[in-house]
Amino acid sequence: MTIATPHGSARRQVHLVAHFPGVNSHTIWSAPESGSQIDFSSFAHFARTAERGLFDYVFLAEGLRVREHGGQIHDLDVAGRPATLAILAGMASVTRNIGLVGTLSSTFNEPYELARQLATLDHLSNGRAGWNVVTTSDAFHGANFRRGAFLPYEERYRRAEEFVTLAKRLWDSWDADAILADRAGRRFADPERIHRVSHRGPQFDVAATSTVPRSPQRYPVIVQAGDSPAGRDFAAANAEVIFSRHTAFEEGQAFYRDVKGRLAGAGRGEDSLLILPGASFALGDTEDEARERARHISLAQTSPQTAIAWVEAIWGQELPGLDPDGALPEIDPSDGDQRQGQVSTNVQNRVARAAQLRERARTEGLTLRQLVAAETAKIEFIGTPAAVASEIDRYVQGRAADGFVLVPHITPTGLDEFVDRVVPLLQERGVFRTSYGADPETGANPTLRHTLGLPAPQGPSDAYAVDFQPDVPADAHLEGAAA
Amino acid sequence: MAPISNIEPSDRLVIGVALDGAGWHPAAWLDTESAAESLFTPDYWTHLIVIADEAGLDFATFEDALRLRSFGAFASPRDAHAASDAGDPPRTVDPDARADVVEGRLDALLTASLLAPRTRRIGLIPTVTTTYTEPFHVATALQTLDFVSQGRAGWQLRISADSATEANFGRQRLPRVEVANVIAGRPDAGLDELLDDAAESAEVARLLWDSWEDDAVIRDVSTGRFLDRSRVHRIDFEGSHFSVVGPSIVPRSPQGQIPVTLLSHSPRVHALAAVAADVVFVTPENDDAAAGASRGTSAADIVREVREAEASSGRAARGLAPLRIIADLVVALDDSGDLAIDRLSRLDALAGSPFSSDARIFAGSVPEAATLIERWQSDGIDGVRLRPVSVPTDLRLIADQLLPELRARGLVADPVPDGRFLRDAFALAPAANRFATRTTETEEVAA
Repeated sequence: MTIATPHGSARRQVHLVAHFPGVNSHTIWSAPESGSQIDFSSFAHFARTAERGLFDYVFLAEGLRVREHGGQIHDLDVAGRPATLAILAGMASVTRNIGLVGTLSSTFNEPYELARQLATLDHLSNGRAGWNVVTTSDAFHGANFRRGAFLPYEERYRRAEEFVTLAKRLWDSWDADAILADRAGRRFADPERIHRVSHRGPQFDVAATSTVPRSPQRYPVIVQAGDSPAGRDFAAANAEVIFSRHTAFEEGQAFYRDVKGRLAGAGRGEDSLLILPGASFALGDTEDEARERARHISLAQTSPQTAIAWVEAIWGQELPGLDPDGALPEIDPSDGDQRQGQVSTNVQNRVARAAQLRERARTEGLTLRQLVAAETAKIEFIGTPAAVASEIDRYVQGRAADGFVLVPHITPTGLDEFVDRVVPLLQERGVFRTSYGADPETGANPTLRHTLGLPAPQGPSDAYAVDFQPDVPADAHLEGAAA
Repeated sequence: MAPISNIEPSDRLVIGVALDGAGWHPAAWLDTESAAESLFTPDYWTHLIVIADEAGLDFATFEDALRLRSFGAFASPRDAHAASDAGDPPRTVDPDARADVVEGRLDALLTASLLAPRTRRIGLIPTVTTTYTEPFHVATALQTLDFVSQGRAGWQLRISADSATEANFGRQRLPRVEVANVIAGRPDAGLDELLDDAAESAEVARLLWDSWEDDAVIRDVSTGRFLDRSRVHRIDFEGSHFSVVGPSIVPRSPQGQIPVTLLSHSPRVHALAAVAADVVFVTPENDDAAAGASRGTSAADIVREVREAEASSGRAARGLAPLRIIADLVVALDDSGDLAIDRLSRLDALAGSPFSSDARIFAGSVPEAATLIERWQSDGIDGVRLRPVSVPTDLRLIADQLLPELRARGLVADPVPDGRFLRDAFALAPAANRFATRTTETEEVAA
């Protein structure tokens, strides 16, 4: 179905997300223009640039432990990043309209605390907060937390599901009209409209009332990135945005059909969930220049040391004497954790992966470093600004995506050129907003959910509720059920 | 980057303000100046902090707790479920909750993070509790605030000993604290355990804050190394309550070590301050029972108690600067003493009962307040944290009149330049890195 847009066209609208460059080999630190990965000025520049480009939201990954390789700190990639929520609050301070979405683990947080933090961010940003729900279960990350690695792998989505359900009930624990601020009647808040949430489930057992009144969006926008069948079901039930990895056109279409097809079973409409694959880009004045820049970027992303470390991570062991300009190892991978928290620990997966890599190196005649560059330094959009705008539009009109999470490779200026050169062309095509649509009278900013064009969110499921059902506004029921 | 400062406390007083809701008086939100209806908006907090920042106050603290204020009587999850199982009608509303006081709070650390880019020199000290939180998250969030504020972050450490917070988190059963013991200043095993847990959280934070040396990021293109990993350290903390491997995910922040503060009413908590904190807030000259063990204690006696706690903790031997002792004072100010007393009485009348606080309540003129503060300084107090009964009214009077009066008397330094570190406000020397020192010692032994 197509959406009539404010511009009067019937073309499907593109959504754009700005992913702060990550702590991995995609982020190039060796370039002269590469700036601080941690100073606030970098985050302020990035958020302001994305807002200048009218992006839907900025997005941050989460750090729970510094990456290791062979039992030592991994020293080849950018490392060190801020705590997610605090930096988002700082970015809220220097922007006005753009959404602020952070990755936060449902494993190493407690619902009461995280729900109040997210509700706080929603208040402080005037309704621009979002939460990318991730699950974690490994001992490597657990070693930094009181509870350690307490969660069996199979249970991580069950915990996430119960976590989100409880969080939504906490976000609803204050009715929307609980604050009266009635000076004459000397009633600040109405205790009858502030409710205790009693919840008893396998993961959580609480009797709680949030300290934070109902926030502007009621709930932050829920984002999800898992790709397993359990992850897709979780997304169909809970997510409003999927950060997907399916960037090839047909594969993207298949994923799009699969996930959107699951929505009806969850009582949701197709337009209640956006699918936004991650993508990087290399621009040039000509196609040749863009390809040359892409080659340059790939090479910078894959130093000889990085190429060897990547192979060692999959092989699960040190591989002394490996030549970056030579071939892959002859031996098969083991189940060792050479680079912690990055690679499947299942040895059969690894052996299969090694066979696949050998085959690719052989058929394409690649050295080890060239192979790693081809495998990891993948750049989705290479071309002139016009060609990239056209390609993004094609994906969105063809239902291979609703837009993209753009991942620049330079901190903090990697997004600037896209904003200056590609965004205007998307606007010319009538597929991207020309303003955020702040309220013309009050100047009030739109909420993130409004910017994304999403309906009011679904209330929490009834699971685990002991004795309290939140008061859900009638219109939210209607919109949620309109699917 | 940080100006060089002294190890010894400055002879000038440190002056800060404690922000909480509409002010510290329960009826503050009924004050005509109050904007309490916008208490949960960014503009409300921005307005207040800009007043404090422009005046040149050294710091602002932000109260917080993982529970509602007036909601005390909720049953534990166990009891609630039992009632439900027994078929009792649902009871989701607290019978003891009060409608006539401000209820609800935003997360203090995130509020401070929002305010950091909107201010230039004021220290931002959010309350962050340790009892139910993850030390790793607490430590890294504070480091992030230090980056966002460019060196103006502090931490007011707090424990949660109440059953309401316990029910909010569920499951984790904590030792029972006997409130009667605590108020009387008697030993309490439950309190001891929570304070020990807090000390471990503070120790983990300090280790994580040092886990990256200042020059760990080398960006060495020739070897392909972004980091010098010999300058990034696991902390391998193994306490009696939890363990944390580290290192931090956040590089060393501008201040390196973020000033740790806590509020203490008793020698037992002074002892925690002596091992864990840089700054202790105390409550002298308060005859109210809410002052707990510090009830009726003079400023000079509290200073003596704190110094004794320091001595028995071996603080000096560990190379730590003496605790900065900051006295809390609730203030209702006005043009004359009588007018201030009238104003406080009106607020009391609106609240329906006289205001009671754990800190001394002062109603008087600006010169009278300055005279009291001057006397406390002569008793060995290093600074004052003012708790305005009502904001913005009393905050404006502090900013526009009391601070200039203290400056005129030579008690408080002239306004400082933008970007001053909070450590400098407390006259704390730049923090040495424990791991860097350790490396040097090892080399010396080896040589």
